[in-house]
Amino acid sequence: MSGVDLTVVWLTLKLASVVTLLLLVIATPVAWWLSQTQSKLKPAVSAIFAIPLVLPPTVLGFYLLLLLGPNGPAGQLSAGLGLGTLPFSFAGIAIACAVHSLPFVVQPLQNAFEAIGKRPLEVAATLRASPWDTFWHVVVPMARPGFFTAIVMGFCHSIGEFGVVLMIGGNIPGETRVLSVEIYNHVEAMEYSQAHWLAGGMVAFSFVALLAIYIINHRANRRGTL
Amino acid sequence: MAIVAKFRVEREGFTLDMALNLPATGITALYGASGSGKTTCLRAIAGLERLPNSFFQIGTEVWQDESNGIFVPPHQRQIGYVFQEASLFPHLDVAANLQFGQKRIAAAERQVSESHIIELLGLKPLLKRSPAALSGGERQRVAIARALLTSPQLLLMDEPLSALDRALKQEILPYLERLHQELAIPVIYVSHAADEVTRLADHLVLIDGGEVKAAGPIKQVLLDHQHAELFNDGASSVIEGQISGHLEHYASELRFGRFALRLSQQDHPVGQQLRCRVFASDVSVCLTQPHDTSISNIFPAKVSSVGDGRRPGEKLVTLQLDQQQHLLAQLSSHSVERLQIHPGHHVWAQVKSVAVL
Repeated sequence: MSGVDLTVVWLTLKLASVVTLLLLVIATPVAWWLSQTQSKLKPAVSAIFAIPLVLPPTVLGFYLLLLLGPNGPAGQLSAGLGLGTLPFSFAGIAIACAVHSLPFVVQPLQNAFEAIGKRPLEVAATLRASPWDTFWHVVVPMARPGFFTAIVMGFCHSIGEFGVVLMIGGNIPGETRVLSVEIYNHVEAMEYSQAHWLAGGMVAFSFVALLAIYIINHRANRRGTL
Repeated sequence: MAIVAKFRVEREGFTLDMALNLPATGITALYGASGSGKTTCLRAIAGLERLPNSFFQIGTEVWQDESNGIFVPPHQRQIGYVFQEASLFPHLDVAANLQFGQKRIAAAERQVSESHIIELLGLKPLLKRSPAALSGGERQRVAIARALLTSPQLLLMDEPLSALDRALKQEILPYLERLHQELAIPVIYVSHAADEVTRLADHLVLIDGGEVKAAGPIKQVLLDHQHAELFNDGASSVIEGQISGHLEHYASELRFGRFALRLSQQDHPVGQQLRCRVFASDVSVCLTQPHDTSISNIFPAKVSSVGDGRRPGEKLVTLQLDQQQHLLAQLSSHSVERLQIHPGHHVWAQVKSVAVL
């Protein structure tokens, strides 16, 4: 692998890590709210957070470009805060990736929270735990397999991100040129052996990550049947 | 100290409207069929359910007063709650489950010693185990201990034995009796099992269709003929006494007041407190003292009331043995008429059998 490719791998891992963190911070409260609410807004909110699942990345990328661009509301906000414009920057593709990967993180978390049921929360309350305390000491440990699935899904989905990154970030080496874009570049330039290194690596990585999810969920299910 | 509660809620096809005034001592049983509203009432006491237009006070502390917008959330109420299923935290071992509540209260508030509770409920060998490795009865014992370790002002138990089979029930009941004898924590115990209630409760609240039908000391409530049919397995009275000796022919003697009751042989030592239940259908009446009868428990009694029984042709007769002790007898209305049984008459009560609780 060339030095350029290593930069790309490093940038991709950095992007996936940042995006995963961002996703956990955003998706956890959303998933918790969806799992607990009896609000009439629940279907609408669920639909909004599932949209990235069905939209073509180009559509998502197009609107994000408008939103984050110098004339968009988010762009003006970031410029006003002195952060510069987001498109064609690492921060820009991180935000775009996070939006695109949201459903992959919200859904496993929501499922895990719903599987806990009401009872452990009530038990914790009768044992003097405040709702915040209960969340950290009962909900999070009991939803651990869900968190694991969410993290792996968010991370892997961000590593493989292509369309949205291309729409928002273009192709700037060391800043926004990530793995999937680099594979595309290699194939365009007929550099099949380099493309193989990266593409094969992604296949292997994805397999190992999914295998880990299935093993952990299988174990958790067996333990869960009391 | 007293507990004052008023709960009112209307739901589809069901109205719950209860006013309770309970002593904050001993075990109070809320007894009723499923769907009668007793669990809702318990959940409202815990604050797990917030019913509108409701009020709850224990001693001087008001936990809910909707007319003044007061509602103390459950985690700020000094209660212990034992659910129907043990509901232990699966990610924690037994010791950590026990400590969950205990470490959330200030050290100064801890009035219950951990080692005492662990000993009382026989949990020492289980501490390092995971909840998945426990039997149903063991889990429920851990859940009871976990609730007690928060040093609650009030322990709420929602049919804690109903998910257990008969053998496991028999395993846990003695532990509950020890709690009753050794800890001064008032308990509200929801149940629809007459045998549990008659064994454990000091006070009885009969609930039917979301309303309180009767409330008071258990012996007194059971004597009221109107309530006999609410108690699902038949009218009965409760005798509480002390084992006074073990007799020949595999029998034991239970002394209550100035009377003695002959029982089948009991394993308990002399001096042990014991409760028995005498079903009205096992009590018959003679006008003269019977000598040539196989029945050995015969007591002189005064008829204090005669009322209608559950079915037509049946009468329930309340017999007074002394100031404290009454028996219920279920007789046919034919016999009542034939023997001219009226309030104030002196008769002899024959007790055919006794259920030791």
